[in-house]
Order: sequence, then C-alpha cells, then structure tokens
Amino acid sequence: MKEKSKTLSIKERGLASFESIMWLFTRLSALGMYALILFAMIGALVMGARNNMNLADVMRWSFMPNVTHVESTDVPDLEPWATPFWKLTASALLLVATAHGVHGLVVIADDYIVTEGGRKIVRLLSIVMMAGMSLMGLWIIWTS
Amino acid sequence: MGLKRDVSLATGLRYRGPAGYLTFILHRIGGLGMATFITVHVLASFVGGEVGAAINHIYENWAFQAFVFFCVLFHAINGLRITLLDLFPKLLVHQKEAIWIEWAVFIPLYALCLYVIVSAGLGG
Repeated sequence: MKEKSKTLSIKERGLASFESIMWLFTRLSALGMYALILFAMIGALVMGARNNMNLADVMRWSFMPNVTHVESTDVPDLEPWATPFWKLTASALLLVATAHGVHGLVVIADDYIVTEGGRKIVRLLSIVMMAGMSLMGLWIIWTS
Repeated sequence: MGLKRDVSLATGLRYRGPAGYLTFILHRIGGLGMATFITVHVLASFVGGEVGAAINHIYENWAFQAFVFFCVLFHAINGLRITLLDLFPKLLVHQKEAIWIEWAVFIPLYALCLYVIVSAGLGG
C-alpha cells in the first residue's frame, strides 16, 4: 500500500484509526481546557479575587475550580465558590483533563513499550486509570 | 523494519534533536510531572483523613509549588503552540519564531509566579 502524505489536510487524510482520532482530541481538548481555565479565572475575578487572592491562588482555582482550592485564601465567604455551577465547570475540566492526560501517558509509554502484548497491557491499565481518576475526582468535587 | 534501540540510556538522554527538541522534552516532563502530581493529589484527597492530610501537606512547600507551576505553565503554553501549528499547518514554516514567542510569554509569566510563590513561602 502506498503511504499517504502527512501534508494532506485532516479532511483528506481521514480519521481512520483510534490514534488519529485521539491526535485530534488531544488538540481540541487542549483548546477546551484553555476556555474552561479562562472562564474560571474570569469567574474568580468577578467573585472578588482581586482583593483577596494572590496570583498563585487565582491560578490554582483556575486550573481546578473546586472550593477547597480557595479555603487557604482571604476570601471571606466561600458560598459563591461552592455552587453547582462551579462544580459542573470543575467536572467538565476534570473529565476532559483526565482523558487528555491518560492518553498522553499512553503516547509516552508507546515510545518505550513496543511489543503488541505490552501495548495491550498499557491500554488496559489506561482504561482502569481513566475510569478510576474520573470517578474519584467527581466524588471529591461533589462532596467538598 | 523496527527501530534500532541499542544506545545506552545516558546517550538517549543526551540526544539533542533539531529545533524544538528542548520544548518537546520539557513538554513531556511537564506532562509526566502533572500526571504524577494530579494522580497523587486526587488519591490523597479521596482517601482523606490523616494520610491524605499528610500527603496534601507536601504541596504547601514552596519548592514543590514552583515545580508544579513550571509543569503546568510550560505544558499549557507549549501546548497552545502545538495546537495552533497543528490545526493550521500552513503556519508550520514559522515554527522557530513560534518557539521564540513561546519563551517570551512563558519566562515573564513563570518569573512572576515564582516571585509570588517564593515570597509567600519565605515571608509566611
């Protein structure tokens, strides 16, 4: 079979394999995470971060908008930070980030584990890790 | 077929590819660092109690925070460059310039974070 050129557009190349779908997912989920992080950052500023939090505090909240991440700051009232609205935002960020991150680990492992059996084990472990981290993360977000 | 992999680990680590290799390896270190940190952090928060509190106490160390912020910020900014150039492949001819812009954004932002973290860590 003639190898297809890599300079073709995504449309012409097609998304034939799981790997090429995940290649696109990695990029699009990155864009999604920027949007969610920026959204959480703007939310923090609206809720009074300017007077009660430092730069590192705001970033910690932005990268995971869970109420426990503002407990150590000078924010006087934690209630607006613990609404279902922010829990949904945090859940979305958690699920997208877990899928993005676990697939990244698979990509790294594939550089070093090259046997078919080894790669199968890596994939099995990655599914367990993704399910485990997603469920534990959701439990933490919705019970904190 | 198949790659020849008979170089030692030290040689492998010393390998320097063409332009963008430093950002490639830092992206990988950042990703691994975050994956490790987040896995431990989620597990510790899930377990909770004294064990969880003891593990979460490590994060209050300013040196640890400096490392995590390096991982997160570098991975995010380098990832933005990769995403933009991959989704708009015509821009790939400007890859070197894109890497320079990336450093110009990352260094001041990380320096600012580092200043805040270290001064809060040392000043109390």
